[in-house]
Amino acid sequence: MQSTSAKRIIPGTPVFDGDAAQKGYAINAMCFSFNEAKNRQAFLDDEEAYCAKFKLTPEQREAVRQRNVLAMIAAGGNVYYLAKLAGIFGLNVQDLGAQQTGKSVPEFKQMLLDQAKGI
Amino acid sequence: MAKVIGGIFTSHVPAIGGAIAKGLQDDPYWKPFFDGFHPIHAWLKDNRPDYVVTFSNDHGLNFFLDKMPTFAVGAAAQYDNADEGWGLPLFNSVPGSPELSWHIINTLVEEELDIVTCQEMLIDHALSIPLELAWPNRRTYDFKLVPVGINTVQHPLPSPKRALALGRAVHKAIESWPEDAKVLIFGTGGLSHQLDGERAGFMNPDYDRFCLDNLPSNPDALTRHSALDIVELSGSQGIEILNWIAARGAMGDWVREASRNYHIPISNTAAATVLMVPEDALVSA
Repeated sequence: MQSTSAKRIIPGTPVFDGDAAQKGYAINAMCFSFNEAKNRQAFLDDEEAYCAKFKLTPEQREAVRQRNVLAMIAAGGNVYYLAKLAGIFGLNVQDLGAQQTGKSVPEFKQMLLDQAKGI
Repeated sequence: MAKVIGGIFTSHVPAIGGAIAKGLQDDPYWKPFFDGFHPIHAWLKDNRPDYVVTFSNDHGLNFFLDKMPTFAVGAAAQYDNADEGWGLPLFNSVPGSPELSWHIINTLVEEELDIVTCQEMLIDHALSIPLELAWPNRRTYDFKLVPVGINTVQHPLPSPKRALALGRAVHKAIESWPEDAKVLIFGTGGLSHQLDGERAGFMNPDYDRFCLDNLPSNPDALTRHSALDIVELSGSQGIEILNWIAARGAMGDWVREASRNYHIPISNTAAATVLMVPEDALVSA
């Protein structure tokens, strides 16, 4: 059931609330399992079977297949858990940031550095 | 009676752990952050805590969405670091104090702060990194830890006002602990940063400065914003300032800043390190 209260919209900023937590349960559960090395290996050995074991929704499965972070978030993924999946793909938080903002990784890193001018 | 001797507030960016492992403390990228710990190291030489009470958020190590406590207090005899999914080298285990933990738990519930108790709790980078920054290269610790976890993962998050009340109740517990003991407070995380969404990479030095300027002498100023206001002002992970607010509450009413460091960027984060001491403390750092 969707919550009935009006949602606060913060542009470009996911708010991981009860609706997202319900929607994203399967993909986040899979990511939580990656705290154990043997589960990371099982995912690498057979991604299809591992996603099926956690009953990812078709939307979640497609987002994972495409390594698309914004799509994972839209499907209910939470970044604290998704970071564990990103690690399997060898992506750090600058890689994630670049992908989500449509920048190259050097462009994203420069954007981070440029904010020091605001100090 | 136990006494709060100080508070260490610092960012806990996972990449700091990587920099420590590689010995990059004097690397040009990292030095401006690590230098913020020099005054803290000097202060810690003269100020050795018997207990360390920490406020941080779990990053999907202890807690999943099946059970998500708003406030969780550790009551274990030992806290182990564990793999968070990246297979990194593990940090030291830290001894706990079930006795002080239960005293804090009892006081909090008497104060109508109805927390979750955890006789088993792992510690993640949000604690391991700050402890390693404060006491580099220790194999063992001669203090005992009481960790307090605050939910920053799943909304609704606790309000800043509630986080401050939690901290103040912890302070009351410390002051009523009968042992003549020195207690050091930690608040970790932040400052402004956002990892997720099209606004990833967002930071806000103006809001960070507002927090740093007000936290020692006027922490209630930070409670004028709701948790969602802070997400907007500080980024979706900038909300980790809740840990700082609670830690500040645990220090008691009269506090001053003894050292401050602020640097952009460390990874995707506006990184800060602050030492606060009770107003009447003499500090040579």
